[in-house]
Amino acid sequence: MAFNIIVCAKQVPDTNEIRINPETGTLIRDGVPSILNNDDNNALETALEIKDKYDDVVVSVISMGPPQAQDMLFECVAKGADRGILISDRAVGGSDTWATSNAIEAGIKKFEKEFGKVNLILAGRQAIDGDTAQVGPQIAEKFGLPQVTYVEEFKISDDLKTVNVHRQMEDGYEEIEVKTPCMLTCIKELNDPRYMNMKGIFGEKEIIIWNAKDIEVDLNKVGLEASPTNVFRSFTPAPKGKGEILEGDTENQIAQKLMIGLKGKHVI
Amino acid sequence: MNFQLSKEQEFTRKMVREFATNEVEPLAADIDKEHRFPEETVAKMANYGMLGIPFPTEYGGMGGDHISYAITVEELSRVCASTGVVCSAHTSLCCWPIFNWGNEEQRKKYLPDLLSGKKLGAFGLTEPNAGTDASGQQTRAEKVGDKWVLNGAKVFITNGGYAEVFVVMAMTDKSKGNHGISAFIVEKSDKGFSIGKTEDKMGICASSTTELIFQDCVIPEDRLLGNVGDGFKVAMSTLDGGRIGIASQALGIAQGAFDVTVDYMKSRKQFGKKLSQMQALQFQMADLKTKIEAARLLVYRAAFMKDQHENYSEAAAMAKLFAAETAMEVTTKCVQYHGGYGYTKDYPVERMMRDAKITEIYEGTSEAQRMVIAAHTFKK
Repeated sequence: MAFNIIVCAKQVPDTNEIRINPETGTLIRDGVPSILNNDDNNALETALEIKDKYDDVVVSVISMGPPQAQDMLFECVAKGADRGILISDRAVGGSDTWATSNAIEAGIKKFEKEFGKVNLILAGRQAIDGDTAQVGPQIAEKFGLPQVTYVEEFKISDDLKTVNVHRQMEDGYEEIEVKTPCMLTCIKELNDPRYMNMKGIFGEKEIIIWNAKDIEVDLNKVGLEASPTNVFRSFTPAPKGKGEILEGDTENQIAQKLMIGLKGKHVI
Repeated sequence: MNFQLSKEQEFTRKMVREFATNEVEPLAADIDKEHRFPEETVAKMANYGMLGIPFPTEYGGMGGDHISYAITVEELSRVCASTGVVCSAHTSLCCWPIFNWGNEEQRKKYLPDLLSGKKLGAFGLTEPNAGTDASGQQTRAEKVGDKWVLNGAKVFITNGGYAEVFVVMAMTDKSKGNHGISAFIVEKSDKGFSIGKTEDKMGICASSTTELIFQDCVIPEDRLLGNVGDGFKVAMSTLDGGRIGIASQALGIAQGAFDVTVDYMKSRKQFGKKLSQMQALQFQMADLKTKIEAARLLVYRAAFMKDQHENYSEAAAMAKLFAAETAMEVTTKCVQYHGGYGYTKDYPVERMMRDAKITEIYEGTSEAQRMVIAAHTFKK
């Protein structure tokens, strides 16, 4: 039986190019290119490295989004994934992380019916547009799978049954061993993602689109209405004024200037 | 009419641009300065399938089209013209004639290694006394028993020092002029074959340009490409396709110079404002941008015609003529807009201007392109 890896990926606006309309507080998406979310690219690379090394590994990339997100799946398949699956339906539009993970859960259940048991789920740590880092862990919870987030180093045993990872912490890392099936979220330190290759670009591609009916999802659990999160306001923080650098010949002198300044502004 | 690139063509551009930005551009200035052939980059290009794009998968090709191939050479050349021509000469001048003129045994023997990039290819037509006038071939091939014996020399051979498979023209019957030329496949390891002098050039300094020397070079008779006497046709049809590659290289150089100049003009201030705010320069840049886009349309059209199996000889000549002259004009002006900085090696436009010049010369000078276009016009 094939070792099935699911990579959860999202098409996101390239944040290097994004701006916010100061009047409405919404993202200006016009003319902003869409890209495969960076951390998801690292997750895909991990899956492809396993596929490079072991026989009978099948990498499927799953995403939820508008029909244009097929382009991102094209890219994933052109890098070497076996197939892309897009959950696309107006009914799931506007979903927050909870509703999104409900839809992805339903998609993965549908996947298991069609293609067999899932052995490993890989996701990026977070998407660069929302920065929540919630969808991956929520999927793991819904399937009752062990999860490790912030994976910066990854090893899998030759029988593909045990995964050994380093989980990045602020001041070091945790080394964690976990049995498959499990869910990991990946960060950029994990690897250097490959480019697409010409064989993948010109070869046959399996990109499947499923709507809400296909994945048999409860419509009360997806979409804008079902989402418990309400975005109150988006705004660009006003840039802070330039800092002031105090200079002096001795530490005492500088401390004195600092005290004068703080007292002058009635801070102390 | 449909000017929309296919998804495959769009993703080819995205892929090659990312590759070029990360793997090629950081080396471009150094390999130019050191006159060093970028072997490590060529290995990566092979790995990603960039050395066998427009050929069927049954021979190990990528199953792509000639527009995607043109885009690949363009995007590589946008940051490094030397790297661009490695792909162009290999694909158009060696893989293509073997694919088009070779018999099934030759295709099966040579194409898988060439298209996967395991081996690099080159093409030998030009001689010291036979440039544009290719009929003046002095390299001879004589049939001795069941072998061919080659004697003579080729010059200015792109990829010469690193290629393992060569498509070479030689005279088999001098009395027949052009019809006395035949084409052969020569392997690097063939006895009596050696690489001569490496040229010290003005531009594309990281490209390997060498002599090929044949001293009683003995090759088996099954290395004949096409029939005896087909050599001139093999060479001319190969160059028709090669011109699409060089036109793409020229297009890439022009686009690369234009792009870095736009960035420069947005930051460089004189007389209290940015160069990009000066209307005289804005108008000049608008003209250059228009010419680059016109060149692009000619190049892609020639590639499209090749994919459609139409006669693309004149279209390829027009594309190369216009793209090469555009590359020269754009790079010369971009150096000018950089002022003194543009004349230094600290900015890439200096290299780009030196690189652009060769596109007006090799695989048929601009004069030779005009000859082709004029022939199509008046000899009907």
